[in-house]
Amino acid sequence: MNEKRRSFRWATWLPLALFLGFFVLVLVGLLRPADRTVASALVGKPMPAFNLPPALPGRPGLDSKVLANGKPHLVNIFASWCVPCRVEAPQLAALARAGVPIEGISVRDTTENLQRFLAENGDPFQRVGADDDGRVQLALGSSGVPETYVIDGKGVIVYQHIGEIRPEHLDLLLGKLKEAGE
Amino acid sequence: MIAELGLAALWLAAALAALQLVAGALGLTARGAALGGAVRPVAAVQGLLALVAFLCLIQVFAVTDLSVKLVALNSHSMKPLVFKIAGAWGNHEGSMLLWVTVMGMAGGFVALIEKRLPEPTMLATLAGQAFVSLGFYAFLLIASNPFERLSPVPAEGNGLNPLLQDLGLAFHPPTLYLGYVGLSIAFSFAIGALVTREVGPAFARAMRPWVLGAWIFLTVGITAGSYWAYYELGWGGWWFWDPVENASLMPWLAATALLHSASVLASRNALRAWTMMLGVVAFSMSMIGTFLVRSGILTSVHAFAVDPERGTFILALLAINIGGALTLFALRASTVTEGERFALVSREGALVFNNVMLSAILGIVLFGTLYPLVAEAMGAKVSVGPPYFNPMSALFALPMLVVLAIGPLLRWRRDKFARIGKALVIPAMLAAAAGIGLVAMGGAGMGGVALLPLLGLMLAAGLAWASVLPLRDRNLRRTPLPVWGMVTAHFGIAVALFGMSCESAFSIEKLVAVRIGEVTEIGPWGVKLDTVEPVAGPNWTALEARLLVRYGVDGKAVRMLPQSRSFWTPPQQTSESALLTRWNGQLYTVLGGEADDGRWQLRLWWKPFVPLIWIGGLLVALGGVLALAGRVAADVRRIVARDKIAYRRERQGR
Repeated sequence: MNEKRRSFRWATWLPLALFLGFFVLVLVGLLRPADRTVASALVGKPMPAFNLPPALPGRPGLDSKVLANGKPHLVNIFASWCVPCRVEAPQLAALARAGVPIEGISVRDTTENLQRFLAENGDPFQRVGADDDGRVQLALGSSGVPETYVIDGKGVIVYQHIGEIRPEHLDLLLGKLKEAGE
Repeated sequence: MIAELGLAALWLAAALAALQLVAGALGLTARGAALGGAVRPVAAVQGLLALVAFLCLIQVFAVTDLSVKLVALNSHSMKPLVFKIAGAWGNHEGSMLLWVTVMGMAGGFVALIEKRLPEPTMLATLAGQAFVSLGFYAFLLIASNPFERLSPVPAEGNGLNPLLQDLGLAFHPPTLYLGYVGLSIAFSFAIGALVTREVGPAFARAMRPWVLGAWIFLTVGITAGSYWAYYELGWGGWWFWDPVENASLMPWLAATALLHSASVLASRNALRAWTMMLGVVAFSMSMIGTFLVRSGILTSVHAFAVDPERGTFILALLAINIGGALTLFALRASTVTEGERFALVSREGALVFNNVMLSAILGIVLFGTLYPLVAEAMGAKVSVGPPYFNPMSALFALPMLVVLAIGPLLRWRRDKFARIGKALVIPAMLAAAAGIGLVAMGGAGMGGVALLPLLGLMLAAGLAWASVLPLRDRNLRRTPLPVWGMVTAHFGIAVALFGMSCESAFSIEKLVAVRIGEVTEIGPWGVKLDTVEPVAGPNWTALEARLLVRYGVDGKAVRMLPQSRSFWTPPQQTSESALLTRWNGQLYTVLGGEADDGRWQLRLWWKPFVPLIWIGGLLVALGGVLALAGRVAADVRRIVARDKIAYRRERQGR
């Protein structure tokens, strides 16, 4: 009887112990959100082949062959309807001033909207390809706009940046570009 | 103006909840006893104020006041009124406001009408309810204010998502919420009883109607959600073991166990500590489910409000509420005196078995839901699906269902199998006959049936008969409503089980590419693709196939119109399945794309007896309604009788 009573007392702490286990588990899950972003399966692989028509009059479209011209490139996926793309514009401008060739892929956009967007936010792009049905975006495994890829001289994807480029990301990107150039 | 009124009401309600907590706690001490009288009225007013805040939110949604940020983000002036109103709770902030509203009103309701429990237990209960509410008020007011204004005022709202404009989806979440939050009452009752150590039949009887009510809403919510997923997602399945579905299933399992253990406590004064624990666990499961869905910690097809910051806040709430309650339980449960003893073969024994099995299934579902998280912590990405959930839960569900057939026939305290053996001969024979028939069918080359559906069909046959046996030898007119409720609910389980097993054993699926005019066969059906034509809706265009389907050789041709829809804001493709229901099953058709050679993809399912899954679920809920009606009627009769006695005494002069 006495023994039974003791085992019962021990058992009443069991639910709490289980809950603590749950708590620790989800806490670990919550505190490491960065790990949960899906890393592009394409990092380390060549850029998928595509040839996008020009999105703007007087500016070439984007052919994936251009990206393998021996120099590192930045490919930025953007759209005029995307608010974070406005946020990252100054950073792209800074990169362009630093001499980084930036190629744009505009997703589901119109020429007028694009022109207005670039007039308002600055235009760092050498080429802008129009991905009107989002096919290239899909092929890249990109989950949304904006996204930025660092491509090395052989056309291989070195780094994928998900979301807008903030001022604190500039050093990271320049580092990756330098890495790609070596 | 209305938004500010709502916000003010919300702050006032939160302040009253704080007062309710303090007054309730002090009311338990000797010096603060005078404060105790304030608790009940404060609880009632708190519920009322929360309701006012919620009505304000509905009003700003109904008139599309775009200066309110939440409206601008989630509504649109062109929406039909019913979807504008549903939009009020179709988002994170609004649904949390609905949560505290239900919680406040349930607490107020308890405060007004519950007179059976000793006053100290009642004070502790209401203080506990206020404590839990306070956390959610803080969450609303600090981290997700629904009445926040927006400047400048946008010209038009954001939300015209066509997928969310579905009546079933609009009323599904509130139904589930009523269930989730209704369980908070059981939680608070358990806390109150633990604080004052007053655990007994009176406590179980006071708690039972609340658990029943919440359980009915959960049952209906889960059933409706399952049917919605079945016809809307176009995958032909009815349960996906998706985290969101599991989040609603887990509180249901706990509440079902609680319902049964509470009835043991009410009639036999046994299982005291266990019932307390289930009371705490049931609502904890509601909170954990909400947390898992809302924090975005598990990826799910349903997640619509994913935000890690809010996740952290809810997690802190969970830690305080659940951790606190379980600590209290651990400290007090061992001092709760042991209840009455009972023999292994007895009604209590069967109910304990059912409780253990339900808890085991709950553990399996919880573990399966969390396992991806465990694996991720160890650096692997996995998803857990039906191959784990189906056999593991069946392992415990099948023995439970066997006992479900026997248990209601047993007597309380002590019984012998010999006494009820005769009554169980027919159900056992039915089950055996079903088994032999199915195996013979498989042997005759008509397609064997997998083990689980086979066992399910056998059990369903036996259980359907056994579940109505408690009515034998009874005068049906005098049978109390709760007994009818039990029989209906158990019969509903058999019906749903039959539907599930048939679906998995006899469904025929066919993916074909057909030309216009071609006929394809599926099961007993002949399906002819008559035409494919474009049709247009308010914000979509679609290709609509006209199928002429015939049951058997000489059946009448019936038209079915599955569509493949393209929405343009946002660009999205959906399949609108077309369903045809007969008494013996459902034909499910989905139109796919056009192949290069001009043929059309058609996906067809013939699912015998599949509607019984949901009919069974509704029967289970109906059983709950009958039981609840019986209990409430008995309570009302008792109160009326007591008042009469008091009145007579008064007239007779003391």
